[in-house]
Amino acid sequence: MSEDRDAPRRVVLETRDITKRYRLEGIEVEALRGVSFSVRQGEMVSIMGPSGSGKSTLMHIVGLLDRPTTGEVVLEGQDVSSLSPNALATLRNKHIGFVFQSFNLLPRTSAQANVELPLVYAGVSGAERARRAVAALERVGLGNRLGHMSNQLSGGQQQRVAIARALVNDPSIVLADEPTGNLDSRSGIEVMAILQDLNAQGITVVLVTHDERVARHAERVVKILDGRIQSVEIVNDRVLAAQEMRMLPAEEVAG
Amino acid sequence: MNLKESVRIALRALAANKARSLLTMLGVIIGVAAVILLVAIGTGVQDEVTGQIEGLGSNLMFIVPGQYGGGMGGEQSPPSRMFTVEDADLLARRVDGLDAVVPVLQSSTTAKVGNRSLRVMVAGANEKGTVVFPNTLVEGRNYRRSEVDAASRVVVLGSTAAETLFPNRDPVGEKITLNGQRFTVIGYYKPLGGGLAGDQDSQVYIPVTTMQRVFSIDYISTIVVKAADADRIERVKLDIKRVLTPRYGKEFTIFTQEQTLGLLSDLLGTLTYMLAGIAGISLLVGGIGIMNIMLVSVSERTREIGIRKAVGARTYDILSQFVIEAVGLSVLGGLVGIAIGWGGSWLMGSYTPVPTAVTPWAVSMAFFFAAGVGVFFGVYPAWKASQLDPIDALRYE
Repeated sequence: MSEDRDAPRRVVLETRDITKRYRLEGIEVEALRGVSFSVRQGEMVSIMGPSGSGKSTLMHIVGLLDRPTTGEVVLEGQDVSSLSPNALATLRNKHIGFVFQSFNLLPRTSAQANVELPLVYAGVSGAERARRAVAALERVGLGNRLGHMSNQLSGGQQQRVAIARALVNDPSIVLADEPTGNLDSRSGIEVMAILQDLNAQGITVVLVTHDERVARHAERVVKILDGRIQSVEIVNDRVLAAQEMRMLPAEEVAG
Repeated sequence: MNLKESVRIALRALAANKARSLLTMLGVIIGVAAVILLVAIGTGVQDEVTGQIEGLGSNLMFIVPGQYGGGMGGEQSPPSRMFTVEDADLLARRVDGLDAVVPVLQSSTTAKVGNRSLRVMVAGANEKGTVVFPNTLVEGRNYRRSEVDAASRVVVLGSTAAETLFPNRDPVGEKITLNGQRFTVIGYYKPLGGGLAGDQDSQVYIPVTTMQRVFSIDYISTIVVKAADADRIERVKLDIKRVLTPRYGKEFTIFTQEQTLGLLSDLLGTLTYMLAGIAGISLLVGGIGIMNIMLVSVSERTREIGIRKAVGARTYDILSQFVIEAVGLSVLGGLVGIAIGWGGSWLMGSYTPVPTAVTPWAVSMAFFFAAGVGVFFGVYPAWKASQLDPIDALRYE
């Protein structure tokens, strides 16, 4: 566990010695073997590990999509490790914003409608929903693409819509799972710049990746191997996407 | 999430697959239209037939030989003895409060005029036969009591019989051969249209006594009695029983108009239900079509379900979304089906001889059955969707 860089920062989410076992085609798999770590308010942390390390399982549990076999998951001071799927859905809606590798936008649906989706399930009324969705899209630089269907947008734009969707509910954590995995390098840098920018504005970001360089966009890297935390490192030479952007050839700006 | 949102999401999903939605609805459309149309035909026929019976007057009674149990399909034994004209005379003499006692005999034969011939039903009655048979003469007269007593060879023609045998000329006074015997035409009737006793327009009417002689029959098939007062019908019925019991024991049955009506209503009602049931089966098949397409839709949209769950959709939200989609299909199909069924019934009633009557209960039954089919067949696919694990659903390719 890392030392606190800004001492009073509040713990948003904490896992306490969690394990996860499941059966896959009759074989018992032990994906996590006692993982304890915490995410603090406003920090940007990477969970890094090769495939098969258990990082996806950890991400599912941190993202409240799954429950640990043993151990506790504490979100905003509440133990959520034994809540029902429906209760978890409500908490996801309120506290977690997802950014997936493959964007996962609804097809044939406008950018704005996609961003409104979490608000629909939060029971926010139509006008308020539109206002907040437009604000979130403006925040990721897509204020002029509100009515575009998701399949009319480039990969980078789709991922930015997904980020806007993750933001729209003012979540405790934005959980980005390989957010640049399906993007060309320029779009990838743009997306990372947005995530870093949002983090600078006080939003907590958890980045899940297998890529060391992507992981080093965060302040802290938690390395996972064989279902255990291998190391926790403070990143001293953070990759700053905004700087990388400036170094890119000043050709057409993708997006 | 509220219902309005669920409905909006469901309708958008249906609109996204217009051709598929329409084809799926087709099953329900056909089912609902068939229910409405067939029930409309059943009801229309029932209305027309009962209207005809009621038109005869409510104080008629039909006495037939043999025992008939309570409604349709009741116990029946074939009559061991038939009535005779004397029985009718006896009733006329011994029962008070009767306007008319009509012995009736029917048979079919060939009518010939010159080289024209026609297969006709011959109806034999007495001079009061107009109580049961048509009485709207175009020309001529009905046969008289004296002609009944004398068994005269006189005949009154139904309109079709008159037109076919005597095209473009007045048949009154002409000769006609029935069952090899020559008769004089004394009158003919206006067209009546199809009736209870079959096509009354192609019938010919002769005195019952004449008929017995010409056809060598010594019995009659039915005695029709008209009570003077509809209120005293039960009293009259008892008197008739009192007169006939010593002669026939229990081997006769009196049908009052009300009973005949009830019997026919039962029969036609059963027929209507049967038609509705057959049509209902097609509605059920339509429902299975909905379930089929909803299952396809759920597996196609597994990823969408995963996304929705990830951003906070609960079991109930997904369940209601898909149930509403299925119900949307069936309700829209139901509405189109009602329009088509109703329109079809109207067209049929207007342009074909088949009477139709669209009843509110048939429409509402078809509609709610369709909606129910949507719920019933939509719940399973929707439940399947709602139980998907968000992690698996998001990984689904």
